[in-house]
Amino acid sequence: MSVPTTASSGPVVRAEDVRVWYGTERGPVRAVDGVTFDLRPGEILGLVGESGCGKSTLGRGLLGLLPDGAKMDGALEFRGENLLTLSKRELAERRGVDLGMIFQEPLTRLNPLMRISEHFRETLRTHEPGLSKAEMDRRALDVLRRMGIPPTRYRSYPHEFSGGMRQRLMIALALVLRPAFVVADEPTTALDVLVEAQIIRILHDLRREFETSLLLITHNLGIVAEACDRVAVMYAGEIVEIGDARQVFSDPQHPYTRELLRSTISLSTTGLHYIPGAPPDLVEPPPACKFHPRCPDAMQVCATRWPAPVQLPAGSRAQCWAAEERNRLIRLTEDERRPLERRELSVADEA
Amino acid sequence: MPTKPEATATAVASDSLFDVEELEVHYDLRGGSLARLFGRDTGVVRAVDGVSFQLRRGEVLGLVGESGSGKTTLGRALLGLVRPTSGAVRYHAGQGPVDIATSSNRELRGLRRELQMVFQDPNAALNPSMDIETAVGHPLKIHGIAKGAELRHRVADALERVGLAPAERYMSKYPSDLSGGQKQRAVLARAVILGPELLVADEPISMLDMSVRAKILELMLGLKADLGLTYVYITHDLASAKFFCDRVAIMYLGRIVEIGPTDEIFASPKHPYTKALLAAIPEPDPERMVPRDLPRGEIPDAAKPPMGCHFHPRCPEAVAQCGWESRDLRVLLEEHWTRRDPAAYEREGDLVGSLDKLDTPAKEATLGTGSSAAEVHQLLDRIRGEDPSEPLWSGVEEVVEGPDGVSVRFKAGVDPALRQSDGVEVACIHHPVSVTLEPARGDG
Amino acid sequence: MLSRLLGPIRSTTGTARWLLVAGVAITGVFVLMALLAPWITPTDFAQRSVDGVKLPKLASPSGEHWFGTNDQFYDIFSRVVWGARTALTVIVLSVLFSLVIGVVLGLVSGYVGGWTDRLLVFLTDALYAFPSLLLAIVFSFVLSNALGGGVVAAALSLTVVYIPQYFRVVRNTTVSAREATYVEAARAIGAKDTTIMSRYLFGNVVQSVPVIGTLNAADALATLAGLGFLGFGIQPNEAAEWGYDIERALDDAQAGVWWPAIFPGAAIALLVIGLTLIGEGLNETVNPALRRRRLQEVVMPARGLATSGVAAAGTADGTEGER
Repeated sequence: MSVPTTASSGPVVRAEDVRVWYGTERGPVRAVDGVTFDLRPGEILGLVGESGCGKSTLGRGLLGLLPDGAKMDGALEFRGENLLTLSKRELAERRGVDLGMIFQEPLTRLNPLMRISEHFRETLRTHEPGLSKAEMDRRALDVLRRMGIPPTRYRSYPHEFSGGMRQRLMIALALVLRPAFVVADEPTTALDVLVEAQIIRILHDLRREFETSLLLITHNLGIVAEACDRVAVMYAGEIVEIGDARQVFSDPQHPYTRELLRSTISLSTTGLHYIPGAPPDLVEPPPACKFHPRCPDAMQVCATRWPAPVQLPAGSRAQCWAAEERNRLIRLTEDERRPLERRELSVADEA
Repeated sequence: MPTKPEATATAVASDSLFDVEELEVHYDLRGGSLARLFGRDTGVVRAVDGVSFQLRRGEVLGLVGESGSGKTTLGRALLGLVRPTSGAVRYHAGQGPVDIATSSNRELRGLRRELQMVFQDPNAALNPSMDIETAVGHPLKIHGIAKGAELRHRVADALERVGLAPAERYMSKYPSDLSGGQKQRAVLARAVILGPELLVADEPISMLDMSVRAKILELMLGLKADLGLTYVYITHDLASAKFFCDRVAIMYLGRIVEIGPTDEIFASPKHPYTKALLAAIPEPDPERMVPRDLPRGEIPDAAKPPMGCHFHPRCPEAVAQCGWESRDLRVLLEEHWTRRDPAAYEREGDLVGSLDKLDTPAKEATLGTGSSAAEVHQLLDRIRGEDPSEPLWSGVEEVVEGPDGVSVRFKAGVDPALRQSDGVEVACIHHPVSVTLEPARGDG
Repeated sequence: MLSRLLGPIRSTTGTARWLLVAGVAITGVFVLMALLAPWITPTDFAQRSVDGVKLPKLASPSGEHWFGTNDQFYDIFSRVVWGARTALTVIVLSVLFSLVIGVVLGLVSGYVGGWTDRLLVFLTDALYAFPSLLLAIVFSFVLSNALGGGVVAAALSLTVVYIPQYFRVVRNTTVSAREATYVEAARAIGAKDTTIMSRYLFGNVVQSVPVIGTLNAADALATLAGLGFLGFGIQPNEAAEWGYDIERALDDAQAGVWWPAIFPGAAIALLVIGLTLIGEGLNETVNPALRRRRLQEVVMPARGLATSGVAAAGTADGTEGER
């Protein structure tokens, strides 16, 4: 177990054109359909989108935690090594040591009959055999301390902890092996506002303490704005916009990002706004740009040709014809630019 | 915000729809089977602990709080779905005032025509084996208001009113065929089909997808304007409360800690808890950073609430009179040890001994043993020296070395009541500013 | 409602469907035999002579008596077919009785709670703890004094045996379903307790009952045969009963006369198998824990053809795909 040399500035994780499809009786579900991003050491990337857009599937796919019947292709490199060519066994060995996961429901992931101390010893023994008991306890207490869990609680059982404490425990357990990359899937959804803020702060501070790169999956744009360096907005299995969090939030390039931000009810909300319709059925997604049936800016070209992701001058990357046109990266013909006549979206299509 | 058509029309009667007075809802704590076998008293949870407020006709009152704040229980008590332990819930019905708290089940069933509820989880609020037509029309059938073609007609009307149009498309569907937003619309249709006066909405949007939340809120505003409804909006989400409510009541551990007009409370929150909640909301504003000065800890056990002001252990503004006690000392020591290395913890932990005896709320706490008293005293002084600004120390009356160890005595505390302060009511020792900070009688 | 119930059955595949089809086929044969007994049998179940000619005693199977005759001069084929009618009547009645009583008691007990619940749970647990055959014998003894040794008495004595099973399942599901939001919602719209039980809880707590019913049916058949075998069941002059016939045939079987025992025995075994197969098949289909979704092989088209023919994107930063 060696601490990664952060000096080599290459990305920790590099995903290129990753697809994850599930088989169903109706045909394949394109849960993740061509996703490209990278994650630098110590960076926090927020992954946002409505439910059913593939964020959780992507998160699990990155760690090789997909259910039977799912297929994944593309390129997924962890420190230059392609994870997709690894066997199930090799991948399982990587998890914990190199790749960590923090789940939404901490209690279901902890064995109710095992003390916290035993959880840590078990984890350390599995992945780093040969550690002495004292050394294991030292490591465990150290990481617990950083999570704000007092050493007096080290021999308690999971049920003796409050919800927020349990999530701290889960984070501590994921970090005790010092993985270089952690996926946190909606880690605060079940928590109260104040505790949520505490956990977000802990996640935000992870890089300082552990040099961990974090993929933070959430539906809460506020969390992304406060805790993440960069943000990736997912829609129907694709990353439609990715870039510096401040940049994306202050000047969203993709209409979906913009509409998502507008429809979020925040303290500064003065009028209600929403995106009509629901995310598409991923068995038969709309052709071309998958957002075009709901997009207020849709043009003729949006329904006929798929917009490839483009690096925009502002620094973010988006896949949207309108954004390209606006940034003068392409010139669309008069026909292509004509507004798309949209089918009326009613409650019948609502999420 | 839409206007309130009903508010002016009922000028003859008082403006008030509900007067809640000193309402308490306590639950017996179910202990382990052994405890029950030996008939041991396992305590009570004060879900609602002495709440008084007025609900005005035509307004939207927000009950805001975290889990365990009692907001949901309070909302249900308004409808008579939970039985209060004491206090009154006076409902000013058309035919005269009724006390919901003492009404019989039969009387309550009659009142259901006027008092309705919308639930948090639309997936659970509809009977999975009942189609939408039957489910939405059931209130009419139960109250013997309509049947046959008339029933069908009114169900169709209600469905179309909540946006499920054309109604025929939804009537024969089962809840499992609908999306979350559609189910919540059906729940709303069922709630308004009787033409109620009050709608208690328990987190109606929190389980819905972001893109639908605004739609449901918009629908609720529309229903309110059309049907002259009064809303009690229960939520943990301050942002939607700010948008949706005319007045908000901030609740903590079964009590209202601050209540007043929404604008007032959001513009200048007074209670430290309200301030903390506002600071903790993650806002999609790129300029805001992760808040640093968050209240520590989590919501305490409602069966054993803190002495004095319930919020004092987490309060960044706490002072000497806030009700410091033994459990706060435990938290302080544990926090101290999270900053120390394991060896130091082992040494100091042995010195202090088990902290479990601090778990029983008391105004005096004993640490260590007679022989180690001097060392424990030194340790406490050292901890105090590390952070003299920690408010707990201001609440300590004296630290005495005795034959059983070091005894820490706390000053008497105040359990602040709701008081008027600049247009709102706040339960905090700091408000209104003119109140003297003399320690008063009565603690916890 | 019916289509919703049948939905999972239609979607069954593999083992579950095979179990169901085989079970239904076997049971179907017995149902036909029971329905058509008067027309497909040469004699009545207690008929010793045809047209004044006495039937032979212990005649071996032949063209005239397909399954032979037994020591009481009965045509065994007729006895087996009429026995199917007896067995199915008793099974249907007992399952129906115990189902109705068990479900209603379970629903009330689970919903009302408190002392009613404790008392009922105690009583049914006591019944459950009793060996089922012994219980059936006791009740059969009591009931045959009151009602005579007929089909109804036998069905009732079996009913008592199976009430606790329905009670337990329904009561436990009711206890958890009672806390569901839709039950509170029903109270919030002003529904009475009886309405809540019948309209909101019933439909959601009886879903596992059909499975128990079919599995109990198999067990009930075995118990009925056991009662007959021990002489506590249906009296021979009331109806043909396989258990009784086997008991009568035991002595002859030792003497090498196999046919009076083998045919009723085979009938019992086959019907038990048929009913069990239906039960297990239903269990596989209705019980989501056992139901396995068919996994489909995913074929991902090679990249480039997938979305729209546009070249795949470049990497995250820097070089972008050009078109």
